[in-house]
Amino acid sequence: MLKYVTRRLLYTVILLLIVSFTIFYIFDLIPVDPARLICSKQCTPALVEANRHRLGLDVSVLEQWWRFLQGLVQGRNYGEGGIKDIYCGAPSFGYSFNRHECVSTVIADVFPTTLSLTIGAFVMWLSVGVSLGVLAARKKGKFADRASNAFVLIGTSLPTFITGILVVLFIVLKFHLVNPLELGDWKNPITDPIGWLRTFFFPCATLALAYAATYTRFTRSNVLEISSEDYIRTARAKGLSEKVILRKHTLRAALAPIVTIAGLDFAGLLGGAIITEGIFGLSGLGKLSLTAVLQTYDLPIIVATTLVGSAFVVIMNLIVDIAYAYLDPRVRAE
Amino acid sequence: MTKFLEVKNLSVSFPTEDGLVKASNDVSYSVDLGKTLAIVGESGSGKSVSNLAIMGLHNRATTQISGSAFLNLDEGPIDVITAPEETVRRLRGKVMSMIFQDPMSALHPYFSVGNQIAEAWSLYNEGSKRDGMKRAAEMLDLVGIPSAADRVKDYPHQFSGGMRQRVMIAMALVNNPKLLIADEPTTALDVTVQSQILKLIQEIQKEFNMAVILITHDLGVVAEVADNVCVMYGGKIVETSAIDEIFYRSQHPYTTALLDSIPRVDKFGSHRLKAISGQPPSLIGLPKGCSFAPRCQFVSHVAGSRCTTEDPELTEKAKDHFARCFLSTEQIHTLTGRSVTA
Repeated sequence: MLKYVTRRLLYTVILLLIVSFTIFYIFDLIPVDPARLICSKQCTPALVEANRHRLGLDVSVLEQWWRFLQGLVQGRNYGEGGIKDIYCGAPSFGYSFNRHECVSTVIADVFPTTLSLTIGAFVMWLSVGVSLGVLAARKKGKFADRASNAFVLIGTSLPTFITGILVVLFIVLKFHLVNPLELGDWKNPITDPIGWLRTFFFPCATLALAYAATYTRFTRSNVLEISSEDYIRTARAKGLSEKVILRKHTLRAALAPIVTIAGLDFAGLLGGAIITEGIFGLSGLGKLSLTAVLQTYDLPIIVATTLVGSAFVVIMNLIVDIAYAYLDPRVRAE
Repeated sequence: MTKFLEVKNLSVSFPTEDGLVKASNDVSYSVDLGKTLAIVGESGSGKSVSNLAIMGLHNRATTQISGSAFLNLDEGPIDVITAPEETVRRLRGKVMSMIFQDPMSALHPYFSVGNQIAEAWSLYNEGSKRDGMKRAAEMLDLVGIPSAADRVKDYPHQFSGGMRQRVMIAMALVNNPKLLIADEPTTALDVTVQSQILKLIQEIQKEFNMAVILITHDLGVVAEVADNVCVMYGGKIVETSAIDEIFYRSQHPYTTALLDSIPRVDKFGSHRLKAISGQPPSLIGLPKGCSFAPRCQFVSHVAGSRCTTEDPELTEKAKDHFARCFLSTEQIHTLTGRSVTA
């Protein structure tokens, strides 16, 4: 097991290095020159060159990437050639000349919002999806199954931007459950749990709906499939009650694959939920990267958010693999 | 005299969109403690279905079951077909146990074998988890798994097919049941392992004085272990008797055809195996007349077209030897060349 984890850990580090280099390479290829963008109206080639040097873009991609990695570990000074000294401590993701802030500070500012949204939605869709899926499988063909089927249909066919707008329309504007002025206000869940809920409950529910529907479907079909396995018949032949068979034998096998997709979906959302954040006025990673890409072309922010997003996926992949090995002894053996 | 298990007129059918599947039709048999009843038939002959009904393993909502199956327990007889589901559940694993054809898929892949055996034990015994694992190790030792104490913590995929079937047997026997139903326990195993498993079942049967029902399509297996035999075809019993009667004085063309289709060491050379032509009947809307008639080579020897219009009753051809055929004992023995005095 230890050997397995070590090997996977090594792969993860290598993968992250490749991902980060690819990101640098892609942004180097894009025909937008950040050095020209921040140049004022009286722009001269000399000024552009100076900007380029200041942004650290006057060296090869490989060198840029290497400096970035160094910055991650040691922190980095971005002030060379500029008016004042700018230092960002480790882990430094770069410096946004557009916002005059270290990127790590910017990310640390928005991350609690993204984390709240993701965890809240995750808990909702997992509990609703799995319990509804199990219920539907148990009552196959009966009313509960059909009702959950309807839920799945609605959940999967309604895009988030429609549900989000409907939620805002009814909850905020019609029933006044949330003050529109408070919409998107960050509240600390520990010191102000009610305020946190007021900000995040509806965005989380909106985000969770589509996922919950998929998970209901997936759980239902998994439980049904496992129920017809020979080893469930064996469990019955032993004299176990239906309750124990479901709780211990069926669910253990049926939920193992759900751990996999749940981990990856969770990681994907940690990279930012652009639409939901936009509708509810939340400033999370999604909004941050969207602004950086569309409005300011803030390269350090784009690189950092892309890298953080993919790092979540890669790291979660590792966690899922380890969890799966723990759940399924056959994986452990390999 | 009452036997331990008495099955009377047991019918099991499954309603489907295409019609009612009569998987097991008016089946009666019995088996006593310490004895082995073999139920023989090809796939789809209904041999498993009636025994799953005895174990109560059919979904009652989607299965129609009629008839009775009495277990004559010390506390009095109980009909497992009509008894409440909860009552039958409490008999499973304790009074009656079952082992299945494919030991690869019959064990839960996520739990250690010791855990699975201990779970069966703790259902009917007071004791800690540790006691359960100790008992599991004893059982693994009993069924001949080497260094059992170390292997209780292993998972099913770490065992070979034969060893897994031993684990299944250990699990089925952990509460000393009185009836063991073995549903093709050796079909999925290597030939060399097959006889080991059969021998193991026999030994344990002797030790615990169990009634055993052995479901198989392999007459070789039957000859090795059975006291009595039921031959099933198309959901019905076509012949039933003591073991020697079946092998030496079989009274049904299907049984003789089955016997002709197995290789024999005393008839090598020009002897060719005879296959039974045709397909087993569909269990939806069985044809009128004898279900075996379309494949029977002796249909023309019965007067008129009786075989295709009238279903023969299960009649006693000799003492305790029943067969479902219009041919007389003399006729069938002349036709098949099987001697009455063998």
